[in-house]
Amino acid sequence: MANLNINIGKLQLKNPVMTASGTFGYGSEYSDFLDLSRIGGIIVKGTTIRARQGNPYPRMAETYSGMLNAVGLQNKGVDYFINHIYPTVKDIDTNIIVNVSGSTVEEYVETAERLNSLEKIPAIELNISCPNVKEGGMAFGTNCVSAAQVVKAVRRVYKNELIVKLSPNVTDISEIALAVEAEGADSVSLINTLLGMAINSEKRVPVLSTITGGLSGPAVKPIALRMVWQVAQAVKIPVIGLGGIMNAADAIEFMLAGATAIQIGTANFIDPTVTIKVIDGINEYLDRHNFESVNDIIGALEI
Amino acid sequence: MLDLIIKENRILSSQYHLLILTSNDKIPEILPGQFAEVRVDGSPTTFLRRPISIHYVDYETNELWLLIQIKGDGTKRLATMTAGESLNLLFPLGNNFNEPLNENANVLLVGGGCGVAPLLYLGSYLKKKGFQVNFLLGARTKADLIELCEYERFGNVYTTTEDGSHGERGFVTQHSVLNTPAFDNFYTCGPTPMMKAVAGHAFKTKANCEVSLENTMACGIGACLCCVTDTTEGHVCVCTEGPVFNITKLKWQI
Repeated sequence: MANLNINIGKLQLKNPVMTASGTFGYGSEYSDFLDLSRIGGIIVKGTTIRARQGNPYPRMAETYSGMLNAVGLQNKGVDYFINHIYPTVKDIDTNIIVNVSGSTVEEYVETAERLNSLEKIPAIELNISCPNVKEGGMAFGTNCVSAAQVVKAVRRVYKNELIVKLSPNVTDISEIALAVEAEGADSVSLINTLLGMAINSEKRVPVLSTITGGLSGPAVKPIALRMVWQVAQAVKIPVIGLGGIMNAADAIEFMLAGATAIQIGTANFIDPTVTIKVIDGINEYLDRHNFESVNDIIGALEI
Repeated sequence: MLDLIIKENRILSSQYHLLILTSNDKIPEILPGQFAEVRVDGSPTTFLRRPISIHYVDYETNELWLLIQIKGDGTKRLATMTAGESLNLLFPLGNNFNEPLNENANVLLVGGGCGVAPLLYLGSYLKKKGFQVNFLLGARTKADLIELCEYERFGNVYTTTEDGSHGERGFVTQHSVLNTPAFDNFYTCGPTPMMKAVAGHAFKTKANCEVSLENTMACGIGACLCCVTDTTEGHVCVCTEGPVFNITKLKWQI
């Protein structure tokens, strides 16, 4: 049994496997299928200052090796999270991390500030990359100035581990990563979904109510892997890799490319126990290759 | 999550297959209206699980029935499965149809197309509870009206076909059984226009009406928030708050 512990800044994880925001609810949705305490971290659904109804149905389109979603950050708001959800998740023996989104810098700041006081929330993931909201979201994450601006403002008020989730819908993702690193991000996670589209040719209409949506699943994995590799070369802070990870081999590829930890998203929809299989698979890989610690494979790509 | 074994793949028509599944373990208790998320292996173009109604459960023979309508690559693959192959299911998922509060209620189960699927199990369940069950099943042609003898085990069966080849000609909502006697409880599943018409009739006659929605979904367990429907309480997941909804909850313009 290899040592699977990793650190992302001050954040200590029992293994590098986390669940991606918006694919794992608040954890409880999956508690019938697996022992939540085995997972390295659970990143809960995108949370905003006020409740959001999200986009109208239809919000999802299946694609070859993936899916498009246009949920639009449906959530009950940060106060509901604090009062009703936090008490039910705080005692799960894993890192519960809240994904934070907003339409304005002030909304991000206010939401982060309220989460600051929660003892059992060791980190937030700042979502400057949601492609499915009209204002804010991805708009912040697609240029260096606004990305830096929102990270700087949140950093001023948020004391715990600050992860910034990056958008792949940019010309050079390393530039954005460097910009948020410079403003005090403790780590970056990437990639969020790729902007895509689906059309029903028989009816000559878009499949999604929002016309465009975010593509996820194994279809995006090669792009995600390339971006993780590029960003890991560019920044000094830890990189959390995600995008189409379906199994342990995929997860290991991201770590070899330079990711300190990984997130599993869409795969949870097909196999709710996939996180456990990935953890066990990483361990098996480390044993087979005689690595004592999972840290030994981070950035271990031989070129 | 359970791997079930295909006991039989019964071809019902060019469009419909009945997959009879079994397991070495006891099939868990399933309520009428619940569904399964079925993993489709061996179809490269099928990525997500397919939400499929539980068609019927026989606890004595430890069988679970799924009615498959061939719609796309996923269901086409399911229709090719053979006895002995295994199928991975997340089930039972979702809520259920509620039995009438009044034990003498006159109930009508209205189904169209593949929407008939959950009604067979509901009919068997209500009959076991002592209700007088009536089915009203609609299809395009006689060939699409499948397994009528199965429904007849649990109640009276009325049919409509669009071409008049079986039962009354027209749509289910035009069937004469709707005029007399008055039904107290409607249960319906099928194309949305049909369910809305049934809901409209129930509203008009002040009857209780539950519908089962078929929104496209990814996870089936309330995590992805893709399958929402708009209700009086806002957007809710069809997979966990439904698939069965009382029509008073839905924001349908009826």
